[in-house]
Amino acid sequence: MGDIFSSLGLVVVGIAAFAAVIGGLYWLASQLPEPWRERARTVVFLGPGLLLLLGLVLPALINFRLAFYDRNGDWYGFGNYRDIFTSSNNIEVLMNTLWWGILVTGASTVIGVVIARFADRMRGEPIAKAAIFLPTAISMVGAGIIWNFVYSPREYGLLNSMIGLLPGEQDIQFFLQDSKLLGIDNQWIPGLNSLLIMVVIIWIQAGFATVVISAALKGVPDDLVEAAKIDGATDRQAFFRVVLPYIKGTIITVVTTIVIAVLKIFDIIQTMGKGGSFGTSTMANEMYEQAFPQDNEGLGAAWAILLFLAVAPIIYVNARNQRAMRGAR
Amino acid sequence: MTTTADIPLIATPTAAKDETPVMTKVANYTNKGMGKYIVWAIAALWTVPTLGLLISSFRPEDDIKTTGWWTWFTEPGNVTIDNYTTVLQDKVAGRPFSEFFWNTLQIAIPGAIIPISVAALAAYALSWMHFKGRDTLSVFIVALMVVPLQMCLIPLLRYLFAASWFPNALSGTPSIWIAHSIFAMPLAIFLLKNFIGALPSEVIEAARVDGASHMSIFVKIVLPLSVPAIASLAIFQFLWVWNDLLVAKVFGGGAANQPMTYALVDMVGNKGNEWQLLTAGAFITMIVPLIVFLSLQRYFVRGLLAGSVKG
Repeated sequence: MGDIFSSLGLVVVGIAAFAAVIGGLYWLASQLPEPWRERARTVVFLGPGLLLLLGLVLPALINFRLAFYDRNGDWYGFGNYRDIFTSSNNIEVLMNTLWWGILVTGASTVIGVVIARFADRMRGEPIAKAAIFLPTAISMVGAGIIWNFVYSPREYGLLNSMIGLLPGEQDIQFFLQDSKLLGIDNQWIPGLNSLLIMVVIIWIQAGFATVVISAALKGVPDDLVEAAKIDGATDRQAFFRVVLPYIKGTIITVVTTIVIAVLKIFDIIQTMGKGGSFGTSTMANEMYEQAFPQDNEGLGAAWAILLFLAVAPIIYVNARNQRAMRGAR
Repeated sequence: MTTTADIPLIATPTAAKDETPVMTKVANYTNKGMGKYIVWAIAALWTVPTLGLLISSFRPEDDIKTTGWWTWFTEPGNVTIDNYTTVLQDKVAGRPFSEFFWNTLQIAIPGAIIPISVAALAAYALSWMHFKGRDTLSVFIVALMVVPLQMCLIPLLRYLFAASWFPNALSGTPSIWIAHSIFAMPLAIFLLKNFIGALPSEVIEAARVDGASHMSIFVKIVLPLSVPAIASLAIFQFLWVWNDLLVAKVFGGGAANQPMTYALVDMVGNKGNEWQLLTAGAFITMIVPLIVFLSLQRYFVRGLLAGSVKG
């Protein structure tokens, strides 16, 4: 394994095997007499999908049960949930996740609106937007490395070099290690390390927000804005009172999408927060850390349930909103 | 819905482009003046971190470690591709980094093709085959989008992929394919059913009357007509799998099956100051997504939007 031929060989074999199984089953189904033939064909079409979905439904149900057991596999009742809400470490994790949801979503959406508004019909608009959108394609792990480089305490760390340009004697900052926001150590406010990692996700998500909002802005009828201006609205009023309400559905899509992505943030904490050290852990990261490295499946499962409870309503809102928008079109 | 047999998207940039050449009819609520400077400032700010890494990846090791990459503009130093050749040979968990590149490819291609094929078959069945409980089943599948994949990790590992009865032939890379397929299923079925279900029924019915079987309708009519939806979904899923760390880490077993994201995290942990390796390594992982991004931006945006409800 590990070279192009064996890789692509496995790929071809895997896909061919899949096609052969489906084709073979369909052929078998076609040999049956009616009315069985039609039913069997339906099973061949639907079966693989349902089988995979079973791999989603059963584990999700089992997960509810697992969350009632402790690390030794003994019955623990609601103990895991109690541990989550009473330990100050875990409260920090919950608060971090909350701050992630608020700050990253807020900042990304606002930047998206600002860029979409000012770049609209600007010369060089596609280039500027592509530059802002590009980070969306990069993996969180790659993004983590890019920003570790920016935050480095060494000579090549861009942020420290810029701090060094400030007047007066400046200390080197050891970002992402044990730095605190203004020296404050408090579980209710996000630590400097978390804020620095949030910047990275804002960097990624703002591009998404920009592209989506920008597309929506271009769909706002010119007449609508003109009518508002004839009625005496200023540019600013026209934007905030006419254009923004018009694209409300899109804004909801953007906000819910970013919230969902952010609540499940994991990779970047692994790369930049060294697996959640230095007060950077979030719910999804804690779920992984507890279940796998710490080998406490019950607690990991409980974190997963909390994540589900947090994400499910937002996905519901998102899906309903998309459906409403499709209906309106 | 009119004729828009489309993925549920808001206007796409390309769709919008067709409508806006009326530049002269300026209904311009945009401030002239400061606005464009803000845009360019942010665009520049957004580019700097990536640019810094790109430049650094072509600088010799000593230069990277002693001076900032920005000094390269004022006193252009040496340019080298040594970092790239070195990192490809560099051992991560006892394996050369290049091996992880092939692993990623080997995970990502079937990791996109399998779930989309399965979902397309299911979407066809849910749209055009008649059986009892079809609509209830469709609603149930869509509702499954709310299950975050994190909820399934532990039970899937314990009762399926790490269970004693699980066939050895499917462990490692195939396990990652299966896991990605499982997690992709609700969204993929949802999107493809929206599209395939909206195809004109006259076409399908006419083919049925002519005696075409479901499989030939699916292969000869439905698949070709669904190319836009499948392309967007495929790009989203491919990049999702390509950039994934969590699923591979949990289900992939040892380092032999792991993708580049795993190797990079390992390098950050063990060789955090070896920037000549990290910069080049990070860029190698980004090459494919960037090519996809730059060449297929239109589908990329649609895919991203369509995938926004992924659980």
